[in-house]
Amino acid sequence: MNKKKIFSQQAIVINEMGMHARPAAKIAQIAMEAVGDIRLSNGSSVVDATSIIDILTLCAVKGSQILIKAESDDDRGLVEQIKAFFDNGFGELENE
Amino acid sequence: MNKARTVQMTIKGISGSPGICIGKAYIVDREGVNLIKRYPVSEAMVPAEIDRFKNAVRKAKNDHARVIESLDQDLGENLIILETHMVLFKDKMLYGKTIETISRDRINAEWALRKVSRQVRGMFQQIDDQYLKDRVNDIVQVSDKIMSHLVGAQDLKIRDINKRVILVAHDLSPADASQIQLERIKGFVTDKGGKNSHTSIVAKSLKIPSVLGLGKATVSINNDDILIVDGSSGIIIINPEEDTLFKYEERLTRFEAYRADIERDSHLPAITQDGVTLNLMANIELVEEVVSAKDNGANGIGLFRTEFLYLDLKRFPTEDELLQKYKELVELMNPAPVTIRTLDINGDKVNPYLDPIEEANPALGLRAVRFCLENEGIFITQLKAILRVAAFGNIKLLIPMISCVEEIIRVKVVLNKAILELEHEDKIFNKDIPLGIMIEVPSAVIMAEELAGHVDFFSIGTNDLIQYSMAIDRSNRRVAHLYQALNPAVLKMIKMTYDAAQKRQIELVMCGEMAGDPINIPVLLGLGLTNLSMNSASIPVIKKMIRAMDFGLAGENAKKLFTFQTTEEITTFIQEEYKEILPYRETEE
Repeated sequence: MNKKKIFSQQAIVINEMGMHARPAAKIAQIAMEAVGDIRLSNGSSVVDATSIIDILTLCAVKGSQILIKAESDDDRGLVEQIKAFFDNGFGELENE
Repeated sequence: MNKARTVQMTIKGISGSPGICIGKAYIVDREGVNLIKRYPVSEAMVPAEIDRFKNAVRKAKNDHARVIESLDQDLGENLIILETHMVLFKDKMLYGKTIETISRDRINAEWALRKVSRQVRGMFQQIDDQYLKDRVNDIVQVSDKIMSHLVGAQDLKIRDINKRVILVAHDLSPADASQIQLERIKGFVTDKGGKNSHTSIVAKSLKIPSVLGLGKATVSINNDDILIVDGSSGIIIINPEEDTLFKYEERLTRFEAYRADIERDSHLPAITQDGVTLNLMANIELVEEVVSAKDNGANGIGLFRTEFLYLDLKRFPTEDELLQKYKELVELMNPAPVTIRTLDINGDKVNPYLDPIEEANPALGLRAVRFCLENEGIFITQLKAILRVAAFGNIKLLIPMISCVEEIIRVKVVLNKAILELEHEDKIFNKDIPLGIMIEVPSAVIMAEELAGHVDFFSIGTNDLIQYSMAIDRSNRRVAHLYQALNPAVLKMIKMTYDAAQKRQIELVMCGEMAGDPINIPVLLGLGLTNLSMNSASIPVIKKMIRAMDFGLAGENAKKLFTFQTTEEITTFIQEEYKEILPYRETEE
């Protein structure tokens, strides 16, 4: 059996409110398109990126370092997409 | 954990509404736990049960999509929140796990959903961050919606409870409280809520005893425990011993006799010993409260809060829907005056569909007139309905949360637009109605004289005025003690407002809860206020007190009050001076 290739990216939560419900919903939407599992981790907690509820329990406040991991190499693009979403402050920076 | 216990236990909370009741506890939570049946499902029936669940989710999603469609275009921001809910319906942790639970535990969909949503709730309760903790409400709302489709016609709302019980809830929103069928409920107690929370305001109007802010009532009480609720002192006693029961039964009898005594004369006018007539009016939120306002001898509606319809519909009502509700009220009250306050949404009356998620301080945020000026379409719709109903009765228009002169000028511009639209549409309306503003922000007090030049009347909203002056959140138990109506700073603010109104010869009303508490009456009369609007249940007590007072003497005493520097000195002085006529309070602290 092939050993799964794991692709990952590190992202930082930069917006004031942290990773709240709205971004979580957006991330879950993106992750839903994945072929394999996409997981997010904050320190020792790891969650399923397709579940908003799970994502919220990460408690990712501003400044948290989040690891985005895809179990399938086909989901590289999605990981990049999620990372970009983190980098632009979940599209909320213009409100501040 | 063994919760079985028969030892008497007393918990102290905050008095929500006075009175005593003794009865059996009935615990409700958002999921209506006691009304959800649990039954096994045979292996062969599991797929059908899962389909039933999927069906309920689909229906709930469709309903939700319709809510989104019906929303005003102005609400782009809030749409996103609703869309978040949309995704939650199919969230793995809720949707996936419920299906898993149905097939693994072979239980019915309702119970599986309840089990899963409780697990999720548990996960969130361990989170430290308050914002995230609060998100659990989104999940509860979504699972409630699915649940209501699962149980179909048998709704699981509070309105269906059919025994005489004492409700024990984590929190009761005004919307929940309005569903209570009074003849079925003896009283209620909640974990959350403070003395001036909306839950308490509603409780007072319902005239059922309540104790709020108990912290852990839902954890400490089991279903069917015997409870004593002493709403006057703000305590509850769980599983009382025989002696305690006996003592409270006696108190209950005394309290009822006292209430009957006060209500007997409630239809008589409120005239002081020296012949000054006071105008006592009622604050209401629901048209249904008109009956109680009239029973208690109100001269009119001094404050009609209009948020309820918006919260109840969970979308913005149309002009005709508003008109219809207002018309019911106005026709019931005519020819007595009705003051309609425009939308005071946000702050502590958050509509889940309107709550802008980013506001860390909703009480200081985009609320009331600020929200209306930003969402002109919504504001114009309401103003048009008010102008139209003014053709059928005695209406006054009241604008909340004015904090500067610019705002009232902008309101007038919008009001003119509404008038032009109505003229253009050839509708019947009346534009000659008094326009007033709430004085509830300290900046408005300071600018009262200037503001008075722009309006026909002032209405002092003490609940917010105290909260904003003292910089405290009135529902935060840790600072609730600083919510002091008799604080010298608050009294000075009222005096400044009174002086400005006098100077500009405009009418002054007080419509905050302060006007409904007997201890404040000597000061208010002393300051010269003659128009007081309050929760209708308070009117008989206040009337009785006014009839025993001397207006001139109150004015003299008020001068003395202004020499004091602390709330305690003021309170003590009033308690001493008016010992004979203040209503008796049982051990209230």
